[in-house]
Amino acid sequence: MHELAVCQGLMQQVDRVAERERASRVTSVVLEIGPLSGVEAQLLKEAFPIASAGSVAEGAELLIEQAPIVVECLQCGARSEAKANKLVCGQCGNWRTRLVSGEEMLLKSLELERRESDDAA
Amino acid sequence: MCDTCGCNVTEGNRHLVEAGGKHATTESGKEAVTVLQNLLSENDHTAAHNREHFDSHNVLAINLMSSPGSGKTALLEATIERLGREFRIAVVEGDLETENDAARVRDKGVEAVQITTGTACHLDAHMVHQALHQLNLDDVDILFIENVGNLVCPASFDLGQHRNITLLSVTEGDDKPAKYPVIFRAADLMLVTKSDLLAVLDDFDPHKAEHHLRHLASDVQCITLSAKTADNLESWFDWLRDEVLAQEERVARGLVQKPRVQPDGAQMHAQQRGHAHDHHHRHDHTHS
Repeated sequence: MHELAVCQGLMQQVDRVAERERASRVTSVVLEIGPLSGVEAQLLKEAFPIASAGSVAEGAELLIEQAPIVVECLQCGARSEAKANKLVCGQCGNWRTRLVSGEEMLLKSLELERRESDDAA
Repeated sequence: MCDTCGCNVTEGNRHLVEAGGKHATTESGKEAVTVLQNLLSENDHTAAHNREHFDSHNVLAINLMSSPGSGKTALLEATIERLGREFRIAVVEGDLETENDAARVRDKGVEAVQITTGTACHLDAHMVHQALHQLNLDDVDILFIENVGNLVCPASFDLGQHRNITLLSVTEGDDKPAKYPVIFRAADLMLVTKSDLLAVLDDFDPHKAEHHLRHLASDVQCITLSAKTADNLESWFDWLRDEVLAQEERVARGLVQKPRVQPDGAQMHAQQRGHAHDHHHRHDHTHS
């Protein structure tokens, strides 16, 4: 699986944000993952401790919000929930739909602690 | 870059950025920072860099994905044999081990760079970027990237290509698009391969495969062909010819093309041309 590679990508961003925010620790990481993103939430949870070991986010809690699959029908305009392999309109059954939600692979937010020492030397 | 241009704002999370300010305080008194960045934005950044290279050299870049053994390399061999005089073709091959596929392609007279990933089950933009250093894109019209044989992981990683093609051979089961929605949804073209075997199979219906593809809200072309007997290869070549022309037009108009499945945010990003790639790149050599 590739969830470890995805977690490594996640850690690159966590490191960047933590540095920008002058954080000493990242205590929680919130992701938004859609079923059509290609990554599996449970596997991300297993890979995260490995990817974050020794980093500013070591020991951080990983929270994953599952985005629903929602399609908008290009024929009748209705929005409805759908299945990953059946993206048809819940109203009129047409398969010509647009995916409004369900492909997300987002780092949503971080909870962090700042360094004790202040910036002014 | 991406955390200021809002390129990962979707309809689902727009309210978070519009609420004003990315910083809030959580109950525990710690600070929460809203990020809203794609987990693979580093890869996407390198992919955009690759795409710029392709566009600046007027190269059409195509990513081929499928199970192992669906006939990606055989398709390339047949394509090079017949279209090699019409278009200048080069290939980037991805496998865990061996140079076998690159060797097969080179035997047909075109340049091939082999990426051996070792254990990585997919290609990523960085690997492709390294491979591009070994090619002279001035001499290329179409670059095929043959991804690692895998129906799961390759779909998640943008390489900088313009189009995705997902292959499905007739020995694999016509419900595969329903079983692997992500990789089939990502296709700009679906190729049903090894049609020469349909005569001895009683359990594969190309119409059913297409039906499952349509249920992924995909309206892309579905072509059934055989690299071995050359059955219906012309339909595939016509698609390629149209795509080469389309790429020429896009380059002339300064437009950037990504494969069909992209979140809203990525579309916005694609429209921001003139996005400089000078920062955090230490490229002392030139890309020819």
